Amino acid sequence: MKSDPGFYGYWPYENRPRIQWPGGARIAFWVAPNIEFYELDPPANPHRKAWPQPHPALPGYSIRDYGNRVGHMRQMEVLDRYGVRGSISLSTALCDHHPEIIELCAQRDWEFFSHGIYNTRYTYGMSPEQERDMIRDSMDSIHRHTGQHCAGYLAPALSHSELTLDLFAEVGTELAGDEAGFYTCDLFHDDQPTPIQLRSSKSFVSIPYSLEMNDTIAYVVNKIEPRRYGQMLKDNFDRLYQEGADSGTVMCIPTHNYQVSCPHRLRAFEEALEYITGHSDVWVTTGREIARHFIDNHYEQSVADISSRAGGC
Amino acid sequence: MPLDKEHLEYPYRSYGMDHAHYDWSMLSQRPAITWPNGSKLAVWVNVCLQFFPLNQQGKPFAVPGGMTMPYPDLRHFTLRDYGNRVGIYRFLKAFDRYGINPTFAFNTQLAERAPYLLQRILERGDEILCHGWNMDSLHYGGMERDAEAELIERSLSRLRELSGREVSGWISPARNESEHTPELLAANSVRYFCDWVNDDMPYPFRTANGDLVAMPLSTELEDRFVLMNNLHSEQSWLEQVCDACDFLLQEAQQQGGRILALNIHPWMLGQPHRIGKLEQALEYISGRDGVWSASASDILAAWQQQTR
Repeated sequence: MKSDPGFYGYWPYENRPRIQWPGGARIAFWVAPNIEFYELDPPANPHRKAWPQPHPALPGYSIRDYGNRVGHMRQMEVLDRYGVRGSISLSTALCDHHPEIIELCAQRDWEFFSHGIYNTRYTYGMSPEQERDMIRDSMDSIHRHTGQHCAGYLAPALSHSELTLDLFAEVGTELAGDEAGFYTCDLFHDDQPTPIQLRSSKSFVSIPYSLEMNDTIAYVVNKIEPRRYGQMLKDNFDRLYQEGADSGTVMCIPTHNYQVSCPHRLRAFEEALEYITGHSDVWVTTGREIARHFIDNHYEQSVADISSRAGGC
Repeated sequence: MPLDKEHLEYPYRSYGMDHAHYDWSMLSQRPAITWPNGSKLAVWVNVCLQFFPLNQQGKPFAVPGGMTMPYPDLRHFTLRDYGNRVGIYRFLKAFDRYGINPTFAFNTQLAERAPYLLQRILERGDEILCHGWNMDSLHYGGMERDAEAELIERSLSRLRELSGREVSGWISPARNESEHTPELLAANSVRYFCDWVNDDMPYPFRTANGDLVAMPLSTELEDRFVLMNNLHSEQSWLEQVCDACDFLLQEAQQQGGRILALNIHPWMLGQPHRIGKLEQALEYISGRDGVWSASASDILAAWQQQTR
């Protein structure tokens, strides 16, 4: 085990090279709906329990099923209304279980990226070969069902190994060269994209995917009231929009169709979307487009800037 | 050492669900339902009337709202009992004032212990359903099938005997089940149950003894979950109920009838500082156009008439 994952060097949030988003936008705004499949009776991972109760754990299972049966369509309609294309963090088995949802998202040109196969299969305990197989299977599924090369990764249930990002980038290269496997949502260290050091030296970037703005973290872990969540989203946006006048920032709202789409929570989410997309200098985009733009325009200067700070001021 | 190979095998990875209990179906793609008199939103106010034993065993877990202190946990025993002595009578006044037609889910042992309360509810003519034996008699995975069969039969037959009613609905204590619960309910002439929270409308649920209907009773909006689990304010609970009511009414305009299900507990909202928020919620809901306050069975009957 290491004391630091070694993905990036220290990079202070001042005097960085200016990030310029398309159209002169101050902020790149993206919404990442997690569309997940949780198994009712998964094999028991020796390192993490899937459910608190003995099988059948229907309280947890059934509310997540609610997300797909009921919540997805509601959230999609709200995103349509404000011109937001979702960047889906996908349990890729959902392509097999619920192809209707995949079709609805594909029709809207939403992005699909890998969130593993099932959100009840954890990376913990996998050998590198097993993790590579799981990642390849998930990326293959996305390509087979949607024609998209999977650009991004969020490890299933945020369960990682030391090699997760390396394996994801390498499988992407094997499948589609630089067109697949070039960004991650697994790291929460910054409000701007960060070049990530991998063993393959591939150009690979961490895209901000805020844990703080994540509806499940807000509602389940922090137990925040819906209207306060809506206000937090606006406050988060206001500050990043202000700072984006100096150098482009990124705001992400990670959602879950079983949280944000409940009847008593949608209003707060919709009001925040209306507020955010009502500003002029907002690039409403997807995770892949942010990562691609950063790699094409800002990657090298960022790498150079990070190494120039290594020795201090 | 790698994981066993079963961790990378996916035997249920195919169209639909990963079990056979019900079919995969998106709510938005189902035929629209119309409620009686052209109503848009059926409002199902479900009151849980519960008995939490002082000598709680907590098997396989201590229920939310149960005893937490070393025996005898008088504080929690009496605070829950408060709901059945005091809070419930505040509820009844509020329901009458706002024209609400509530449904009462009885732990059978409470019906046995408080015949006055049972008679009072029966005289009102409101629906009662069975909420299991008591809050420490859980249904859970790994439970012996015969023991559960006896528990379900006893809970239902005793409540039917005490009430003289058919009693066709069921809510498991803590909304928890074993793998056998649905088929045992069906074998005991239960028609609908309310444990699964995966829909906002009823849907058919298969069992080895015939279909049940799963009725949608939201946990996320219930008083105990919002106030005691999430520690939100009473004002926030009221706002969440009003927002849900508005949203569902709006969705019903486009997609057909919806249900606003409020699961509430007299030991929670029946407190003097909270009852006003329940009253405000009921006032708001009953004041909206297109609202139909109905019992669980009436909602189920209207739904079944159109989906048979």
